[in-house]
Amino acid sequence: MDEGVPSPLPPKVAGWFRARGWVPHPHQLAMVEAAVAGDSALLIAPTGGGKTLAGFLPSLIELAERPREGLHTLYISPLKALAVDIQRNLEEPVAEMRLPIRTETRTGDTPESKRRRQRAHPPQILMTTPESLALLLSYADAEKIFRHLRCVIVDELHALAGTKRGDLLALGLARLGRLASGARRVGLSATVAEPDQLLAWLSKTGRAESGDVRLVTGRAGASAEVEILETRERLPWAGHRAAHALGEVYERIRGHRTTLVFVNTRAQAEMVFQELWRINEDGLPIALHHGSLAAEQRRKVEAAMAAGKLRAVVATSSLDLGIDWAAVDLVVQIGAPKGASRLVQRIGRANHRLDEPSRALLVPTNRFEVLECRAAVDAVRAMSLDGERPRPGGLDVLAQHMLGMACAEPFLADELYEEVVSAAPYAGLGRDEFDDVLDFVATGGYALGAYERFRRLVVREDGRMAVAGPAVARQYRMNVGTITQEAMLRVRMNRGPVLGEVEEYFIQGLTPGDTFVFAGQLLKFLGVREMEAQVAKGGQGEPKVPAYAGGRLPLTSALAERVRAMIADPGCWDGLPEDVREWLRLQRWRSVLPERDGLLVETFPRGGKRFLVAYAFEGRNAHQTLGMLLTRRMERMGLGPLGFVATDYVLAVWSLRSPKNMDALFDQDMLGDDLEAWMDESSMLRRTFRNVALITGVIDRRHPGQEKTGRQVTFSSDLIYDVLRKHDPGHVLLRATRADAAGGLTDVRRLSDLLARVKGRITHKELERISPLAVPVILEIGREKVDGSATDELLEQAANELVAEAMPEFGDGGLFN
Amino acid sequence: MVGSSIEFRGAALRLDASGALWWPGERTLVVADLHLEKGSAFAARGRMLPPYDTRATLDRLARLVERVSPERVLCLGDSFHDRRAAGRMEAGDVERLLGLTERVADWVWVTGNHDPEPPEGFGGRVVEEMVLGPLVFRHEAVKGAVGEVSGHLHPAAAVLVPGRRVRERCFAFDGGKLILPAFGAFTGGLNVLSPAVAGMLAPRFEVHLLARGKVHRFPSGRLSPD
Repeated sequence: MDEGVPSPLPPKVAGWFRARGWVPHPHQLAMVEAAVAGDSALLIAPTGGGKTLAGFLPSLIELAERPREGLHTLYISPLKALAVDIQRNLEEPVAEMRLPIRTETRTGDTPESKRRRQRAHPPQILMTTPESLALLLSYADAEKIFRHLRCVIVDELHALAGTKRGDLLALGLARLGRLASGARRVGLSATVAEPDQLLAWLSKTGRAESGDVRLVTGRAGASAEVEILETRERLPWAGHRAAHALGEVYERIRGHRTTLVFVNTRAQAEMVFQELWRINEDGLPIALHHGSLAAEQRRKVEAAMAAGKLRAVVATSSLDLGIDWAAVDLVVQIGAPKGASRLVQRIGRANHRLDEPSRALLVPTNRFEVLECRAAVDAVRAMSLDGERPRPGGLDVLAQHMLGMACAEPFLADELYEEVVSAAPYAGLGRDEFDDVLDFVATGGYALGAYERFRRLVVREDGRMAVAGPAVARQYRMNVGTITQEAMLRVRMNRGPVLGEVEEYFIQGLTPGDTFVFAGQLLKFLGVREMEAQVAKGGQGEPKVPAYAGGRLPLTSALAERVRAMIADPGCWDGLPEDVREWLRLQRWRSVLPERDGLLVETFPRGGKRFLVAYAFEGRNAHQTLGMLLTRRMERMGLGPLGFVATDYVLAVWSLRSPKNMDALFDQDMLGDDLEAWMDESSMLRRTFRNVALITGVIDRRHPGQEKTGRQVTFSSDLIYDVLRKHDPGHVLLRATRADAAGGLTDVRRLSDLLARVKGRITHKELERISPLAVPVILEIGREKVDGSATDELLEQAANELVAEAMPEFGDGGLFN
Repeated sequence: MVGSSIEFRGAALRLDASGALWWPGERTLVVADLHLEKGSAFAARGRMLPPYDTRATLDRLARLVERVSPERVLCLGDSFHDRRAAGRMEAGDVERLLGLTERVADWVWVTGNHDPEPPEGFGGRVVEEMVLGPLVFRHEAVKGAVGEVSGHLHPAAAVLVPGRRVRERCFAFDGGKLILPAFGAFTGGLNVLSPAVAGMLAPRFEVHLLARGKVHRFPSGRLSPD
C-alpha cells in the first residue's frame, strides 16, 4: 500500500496485518470500500487469496469501531464442516485484535439448548447453512433476530447458485431483505464463466442490470501449468480405468511432495486406489477419500493430509469444496474433467500460494477423453469457462418456502409474490404459477377440490394467510431442506466396523458371495442384516462386480463444442498423441469427420444387425433421452429397434432394418408427444418425482419413532405418481417434476438445442462396416452384454476384433501396437 | 384373465394380475385391503396426497367386475382406511361405489382392523368371516388355520433377475393359507420374508408376483429380503 493513500483500515486492524507480516490484498481493501459505501459485493478470487477474510473484514472493522450486541453478520456455507472450519479460523483474528465479537455456528448438529439460546441472544457473527437459515426464518421471532442484521456472506456461491439449495437460500435472502432492508450481501466465489449470473443472484432485485452489487476480482494466481499425460502405453479405445497410465502416475507421485489424485466416480476411486497400492513398491502413504466412506475414516484422511503425513490422496468431488491443502504440489485428474470450470477448481487445490503456479496432470482414460482433455486445457488457457444457462427456481422449493413463511407469520399473497420474484431464480415466475404453488401449499391444489376442509393455510379476515395449526409448523420443520439422496445402506465388516455407505440399488444387485471393491479393499458380500450390508474380506483376485457407478457428471455444452470443433479441423490435431491423430485420419478416410455444427450419422451392418451411430456430443443424459425417443420412433417406422447405448460423445442404436430418412428421424417434433409419453413412463421421472414429493412434504422424510427405509419411500411415491399422472396430469407437482427432469436426468434442454442446431445439416454416411470413430461406443455395447462384469482383458480382446473389422487393411490391430 | 391358477383344497382359483382372486366355481371375486380414502386421511393430517386413490381403486375394481360378472364380491377387510372414510368420500366416488354394489347380487364387506364397522349406506352385507365350500375367508390370517384366504399383511416379494431386482406385490400360498396382496391404489407392500408374513406360512411356500400386467410364480427359496 502506498504511504500517501489513506488506508480504509482502522489502526487496530492495520496493526494486526502488520503484526502478522501481511499486506492487505487489493481485493480485501476493495471489499472494505464497498462496505463503507453500503454496497453489496461479489468477490471472485481463486482459492488461497484470503477470500474468506476479505468477506469478513468489513464486519470486523465495523464491530471493532462500533461494538454492539445482536446479530450483525450471517455467514452461509454449503457445508456444515466448512462453517465450523471458518468459525475456528475467524476466532484467531477476533482474539488477537481483542474484538468484542462472539462467533458461533448453527447447523443440524447444534444442540437444541444452544439453538434456543442463539435465538434469544444471537452472537454478532453466526455461521450456518441454507437449511438452518430456512428454519430460523420460519420462527415467529425471525424479525427480532434479524432486524439489526448488517451483512450476509454467502461462501462458495458458485457451488450454490443454480441448485435447489441455492433456490432455497435465494428465497431466504429475499426474506432477510424484508426483515433487514439495510443488510448488505456479500458473495464469495471461485472463478466462473458468467459473473453476471452471480451478480443477479446476489442483487436485491434479482437482476444483474440493477447494478446494486459491486464486482470485486481477486488477483489471478500465476497461471496453472497443466499437462496432459502422453502415455508410453497404448491408449485404450474405451473404458475408464486408466490402468495403462497408473505406473506413470505413480512415478509422478514419487516425484512430488503431496499429490491429489482426482477421479470422476467413486468406482474409479476404488480401482485407482487399489492399482496404485499394487504397484506401490516404496510403500508411500497413499490414502482414499470419497463421499461414501464412513465420516470417521474421511476425517482421519483429512487430518493426516493436513499434518503432511500423506504423499497422495485418491479423491472424488468430496474434496472439491472447502478445506485448504497448502502442501499439495501436484493435482492429477484421472479421466476427462467434463467441464472447464471444474478443472480450474480442481487445479486450484494445488499450491495455495498465488505466486507459484498450480501444477496439474490430466490423464485421459481413452481416446475420446484425449480430445476432451485437450479441449478443457485450451478452454482454461483461453479463460473460457462453461456457463450453463441459469435454470428457473424449483417450484417444489418455492412450496416449501411458502409454508415456512406462513409458519413465521401470516402473509399477504401479493406481498409474498413481490418478495419471491426479487430472488433471481424466481425473477421470471409468473403470478399464475405462484398462485398454483400457493394453492398446492394451502389445499393440495388438486383439480378435484377435495381438500378444502383440510387446508394447511387458512385465510384470515385481514386477507393474510396463516398456518392452520401448530401441527403444520411441526411438519414443515421436520421436512425442511432440499437435499434428497438415493437410499443408502451401511456396509459393515462382519462383526466389525462400519466401512461406509453405498447406494441401496447397488447392494440389491448383489448375490451373497459376490465380491466387490469398497473402501480400498476387496470385499465379499454376505447378505443384508438389520439394514446393513454385511461383508467379509474377499481374498484375492478380480472383483466379480466392478464396484459401483454413480456420481457421473455429463460433459458440459461449452466443452462439447470445443471437442466438436477440434475433431472437425485437422489443423488442430498437432498437439494430439499419434494414436489419436491416426484414428482421426482413418476416420476421415473411411467415413467423414463430424462437422462442427452439423450432425454426422453413420449406419452400417454388423453381426446381422443394422447400427446407427450419431455423433452428437451433448453428454450422456441428453443422448440417453435421444436414444429412448429414436427407438420409439423407429419402432413405429417398423425398423425393429433392438437397443441403444449412450456415451458422453455418441449415441449408437441397433435395429433389424436401417432407417433411410435421417431428417425425418431426427426431426424436432420428437420433442412433442413422444417425449411426454416417454418421460411419464420413465424411471427417471419417478426418481425426480420422489425428490419433488420429499421437498414439498407430500411424503415425509422421517416419522418420529419410525424411520422409513428409502425403498418404502420410493415405493409409495411411485404409487402417488401413477395415480396423479392418470387423474391430474397438469398438477403442479408433475410440472415441477418435468421441469426438473428437463434440466437434469433427461437433459431435454440440451437435446432440443441439438435438434435445432442440426436441422437441415445432417450428414448421413452409409458404410459397409464400422468406422474408426464408432469403435469406442460399440465397445460399450460389449460391456453391457457381459452384465457389467467385463474385465479389461475381455474389452481389449473385443477391441482388437473391432479394430480389425474397422480397418482390415492394417491386419490384426498392427497399427496400434 | 391374465393370471395363474392354483388348486386350493379342491377349489380351482385364478390369481389375477390385478391382485384379485377369482373363483369361477362360486362366481366369486375377492379383493383385499382397498383402503378407500387413504389419501384424504393423510390430507386431514396435513400431508397433501392426491385425492384420487378411491377413484383409481374403484375404477380398477369396476373393470374387473365388468370382465368376470361375478355373482359375489368379497371385500376382505380394510376396505375403508378409517372410520371417517365414508364422510370424506367425494360425491362422484360415492356414486361409483353404489353403482358397483348394486350391480353385484351379493356384495360382502368382511370387517378388518381399519374398518371394524364398515360404513352403512353403500349396500352389501357385513360379516366377520365367511365360509364358502372348503375355504374360509377372513381379514387377518389365524395361526394354524388351514383352507384360509386372508389379506391384511399386504404381501410383496423381491426377486433378483440378471442386472436388477424386482419388488412387487404378490399372493403368498403355502397349500394351507393364501394371503392376498392389497388392492388399493395407495397401499404399499411388506416383504413376505419378514417375520410378520413368513411366520404365518409354512417354511416353504410360493408367491405369485404381480409384475407388468402378468403373474409370475416363484418358490420362497428364490426370494430376496429387503
